[in-house]
This record gives sequence, structure tokens and C-alpha cells, in this order.
Amino acid sequence: MAILVYASSAEGKLKKGALEAVTYGYKTAQILGTEAYAVVLGDVEDAGQLGKYGATKVYQVADASLNDFDGQVVAAVVADAAKALNADVIVTSNDSAGKTVVGRLAARLNAGCLSGVNSLPTTDGGFFVKKNVFSGKAVAEFELKSATKVLSVMGNTFPPEEVASSVSVESLSVEVPASRIKVKAVETVKGTVPLPEAELVVSAGRGMKGPENWGIIDELAGLLEATTACSRPVADIGWRPHHEHVGQTGVAIRPNLYIAIGISGAIQHLAGVNQSKTIVVINKDPEAPFFKAADYGIVGDLFDVVPRLNAALKKFKG
Amino acid sequence: MKLLVCVSKTPDTTTKISFTDGNTTFNTQGVQYIMNPYDEWYALVRALELKEQAGGTVTLINVGPKANDTVIRKGLAIGADNAVRVDIEPASAFATAKQIAEHAKAENYDAVFLGKETIDYNGAEVGAMIAEMLDVPFISFATNMTVEGNTATISRDIEGGSEVLEVATPFVVSAAKGLAEQRIPNMRGIMTAKRKPLKVVPPVDVPDLVSVKGYELPAEKSECKYIDPENMDELVNLLHSEAKVI
Ligand SMILES: Cc1cc2nc3c(=O)[nH]c(=O)nc-3n(C[C@H](O)[C@H](O)[C@H](O)COP(=O)(O)OP(=O)(O)OC[C@H]3O[C@@H](n4cnc5c(N)ncnc54)[C@H](O)[C@@H]3O)c2cc1C
Repeated sequence: MAILVYASSAEGKLKKGALEAVTYGYKTAQILGTEAYAVVLGDVEDAGQLGKYGATKVYQVADASLNDFDGQVVAAVVADAAKALNADVIVTSNDSAGKTVVGRLAARLNAGCLSGVNSLPTTDGGFFVKKNVFSGKAVAEFELKSATKVLSVMGNTFPPEEVASSVSVESLSVEVPASRIKVKAVETVKGTVPLPEAELVVSAGRGMKGPENWGIIDELAGLLEATTACSRPVADIGWRPHHEHVGQTGVAIRPNLYIAIGISGAIQHLAGVNQSKTIVVINKDPEAPFFKAADYGIVGDLFDVVPRLNAALKKFKG
Repeated sequence: MKLLVCVSKTPDTTTKISFTDGNTTFNTQGVQYIMNPYDEWYALVRALELKEQAGGTVTLINVGPKANDTVIRKGLAIGADNAVRVDIEPASAFATAKQIAEHAKAENYDAVFLGKETIDYNGAEVGAMIAEMLDVPFISFATNMTVEGNTATISRDIEGGSEVLEVATPFVVSAAKGLAEQRIPNMRGIMTAKRKPLKVVPPVDVPDLVSVKGYELPAEKSECKYIDPENMDELVNLLHSEAKVI
């Protein structure tokens, strides 16, 4: 019995979620009285650092064809690695890669799986874990009844914790099937943290009146080094790109700080953001529903308040 | 192309969520159900557009009891040709995927479409499972898709960017915002939907791997602290020393 963490990477670098998954794997190993191993695929810089987060062994399947992600190939390789290492709990991050791999592994191994878990397992009379359901409106506890279990860990929920030191990376030989997907182009938006990983988020809605007014939002985000988001209508009418749309039918996020500016706080919007650790709401309508979900509220015209906030932040940063 | 679109039924997005039986059962009292928005707005509509462009058929599949027929009829009203309902309340994502894969195996679809996730259990697991069961590629979170012959070019969102992939049929694809524009069924669609074939098939046996033990509602927020809009230094100060987020 052991835990195997598939530590996902992009462009040769471990993702933040990979460190979180290893931290989760380590803590789960302690609960189950076993060890956590990590496996990385393709060329990955400094994979040995996963030892710091509690992986007692780090394995690499260094086949260059694994540099392009294909969930079908990854699931086959991770399933074989789990067999070779005698691992019966497989953990990964709940990012775009992890989400695809979890379902595939579950089907391949006839394993119970749960994606986006937000609690460590409890083991009194079974194996129980929790996750958000109804887009964050509730939490459900699930029992995984199969011998092999597959979990993906909700982002920004188990911050990476250093508990040991780096280990040397061992190579693992597993057959790598050929991918049937051809990657034609990859486009990355440089310099910003992707929304699902962001710790600070500045979000704006229809109260902004028009896309030409976003300068103050970008300035605020810049000062905080935050990622920008928006409400659905703002993305639908093309003021902002679709990938910024948060809520029940957009991206669900859980940052440490969510600043909502000119957003009313409709139930569908709140569903995707209400688990943010601290919520600041700026709205001129004191009756806006968002204030019920806020930690800090400012009733005022955003076109006055946001520039004032920007000035205060500049002063704070010195 | 011969296309299959998986549609599920979810509580309306305005639903107040509550539970009964000592927080072990979702309280369906007064809940309005809708077709999962990702299935309806993006997966189904893009499949219909491909059919309109290149010919073929669009079949809907739902795993669920007879009460789901209203959701299925809506999909037929939007334009699908026919539908299959596997007659069982699925216990898990695995159970859903298994029933759909069983049907799809026998039918040789060129592509299976579904929404990127459901808005109730938010698992995003079913598509990957179906693909594994059918041993075909899976492209998740598609935001753009064109097809020429038997090759599809699909853009998908990844963390901090996007990628463009090429894949040959058959495959499974999950739809995200941007893939298509929502269509509202018209009167003619609603009338003809009543006559379109809806086949009810018995389920196959699936292992019981995962079950829900209970639910809880997130902790209530404490009172909102109001800050003078003239005094943003105070907000900065609180975020720094009280909330400790900056
Ligand atoms: C099926 C379905 C799914 C949905 N999914 C989502 C989702 O995922 N995400 C989402 O966001 N929405 C979603 N919605 C839409 C949701 O119901 C709301 O319509 C939407 O969130 C409102 O966006 P908003 O707050 O930007 O705009 P509005 O509701 O128009 O609110 C604008 C706010 O700005 C304030 N304001 C205006 N001017 C100023 C000013 N000068 N200074 C300060 N404040 C000002 C107003 O007081 C108001 O509160 C969904 C709806 C449906 C039906």
C-alpha cells in the first residue's frame, strides 16, 4: 500500500497544483500510515524538490513524447506506475490536466474517484472525503468503496508545506503509448497567474458601464499583482474575455482575496466565488445582495472609490 | 457525421440548496430542473451546427428516470433528431459513464459531445470516463471546433492560456463557454419534438464504487464590516493586518 501523486507540469515546470497535491498526498499518507511517492512525466526541471513537500521517492518517466499533455497517454502511464509501485491511492491536482486524468484512471482501474476534494480523508469505518457540490453552494461527503482510489485536490486549498528535503529523482520505465492527439499551437498569456491558481483576484461587473473604463481595474490588479475576473454579462457582451467569467457557469475560484467591483452578487455569481477567504465588495447600492457575502463592504461610486483605493495602495507600498 | 450528445438534468441555477433526512438527501421540494447549461448551450448547439454544415444525425442520451423526459424533449426541440434514455437514476459519474459507453460502443458515433461539467456535482469526470471506456481520445474544455473530413481542430482552455489540437474521429469532446451560442427552441421545434423518437433502454449492471454519505452547507459569513468610502487607507490597513491577505 502506498500513495502515488501524479505531479503535473507544463513547459518543463511543475505546476503550483503539483506541490499542493504532494502536500495532500503526504498528509494522507500519514493518516493511512504509509508513504507518498510522486511521479513526473516528460522533461521536468527540479522534480526532486517534491521531496521537500513530503514525497519519499520521486520517479520520472522521461519520455519526451510526454511533454505534450494527452490524458489518454498520461492515464495509461500513471496506472502502470501505480501498479509497479503498488500504490492504491492516486492523487493529482484538480487542474485541466488532473480533471481529465482522474476520470480516465477511474475507468481504467475500476476505481472510485472524486475530483476537487477539499478535505483530507477520514478512515473510521471506510474511506471518506469531501468536496464542494452545487457549484460551491454546499459540501458533500463521499465514501470511496473500491480498493483503488483516485482523487484530485481542489486548488488553493492545501498550501504547499515543506516538511523534508529534496530527494534524488529515480527513473521509472513504463511503456508510453503513442498519442492520438496532435498539438498544433500553444498560447500562454505571460505574466499573469491563471484564475484558478490566483491568490488575489480583482473582479468587475456591469457597474463599470463600458470596457473603456477598465483602466482603474487593471491598475488595482497591477498594484496587488492580482488576476482580473468579471461577471457573466460583462463577458457575454464582449467587454472582457470569456476566460475571465467567474461563477456557476464560469470558473469557480477560491482565492485568499476577492474584490468585487460593480457586481450585484446574483446567486449564480456567488456560487463560483463565495468560498474566497476574504471578500471585499464595492457597490453604490447598499441593498446589493453581494454585501451579505462580504467581509468588507464599501457603499460608494466605484469611479470614486477605486481610484482612492489605488492611491491608498500606492502609499502602503511606499 | 453521426454525433451523440450527453445531456443531464440539474437544479435551476437560482435553486436554494437544502437537505433532508439528517442532511443525507438533497431536498427536491420545489426545485425546478433544467438541462445542464454546458450541455445545452454549447455541446448540443455545436453538434447541431456541425450537422447543419456536413449532414448526419444528432442523438441525445440521458441516464435517468422518466421525469427526465422533459429535459430530453427540450433538447429535441432545440434540434436533435432522436434520443435515448437509459432508465436508471445513476448513482455516480462512473455509473453514468458506463451506461453511456455501453450504448455508444454499439453505435459507432463519430464524436460524443458533453458539457465540461454539470453545475450540481461539478465533477467533470464523465467525459474522460466515457473516452477511456471507448478507448478514444478526449478533448476537454473545448472553446472552438471545426471539422474537415474526419479531422477536428479544437481549441481548449488550459491554465493561463489555450492550445489548439488536431484529432481524428472517433473522439469525446467536452464543451466550455465560447464553443457555441445558446439557442432558444422555437414553436416549430417544440411541436416536432413531440414526435421525434425517444428510445428507453434498460441499464447494464455497474459496480458501486462511490456514494454520498451526507451534506453540509458552507459556514455562514460573519457580519460585513462597512468602511467609509472616503477612507481607503483603513481598508488597506484591514486587509494587511486583520485579513492578512496583502
Ligand atoms: C443559468 C444562468 C447562469 C448564470 N451564471 C452566471 C455566472 O456564472 N456568473 C455570473 O456572474 N453571472 C451568472 N449569471 C447571471 C446572473 O444572474 C447576473 O445577471 C449577473 O451576475 C449580473 O452581473 P453584474 O453583477 O455584473 O450586473 P448587474 O446585476 O447589472 O449589477 C451591476 C451592479 O453594479 C452596481 N453599480 C452600478 N454602477 C455603479 C457604480 N458607479 N459604482 C458602484 N457600483 C455600481 C449596481 O448597484 C449593481 O449592483 C447566470 C444567469 C443564469 C440565468
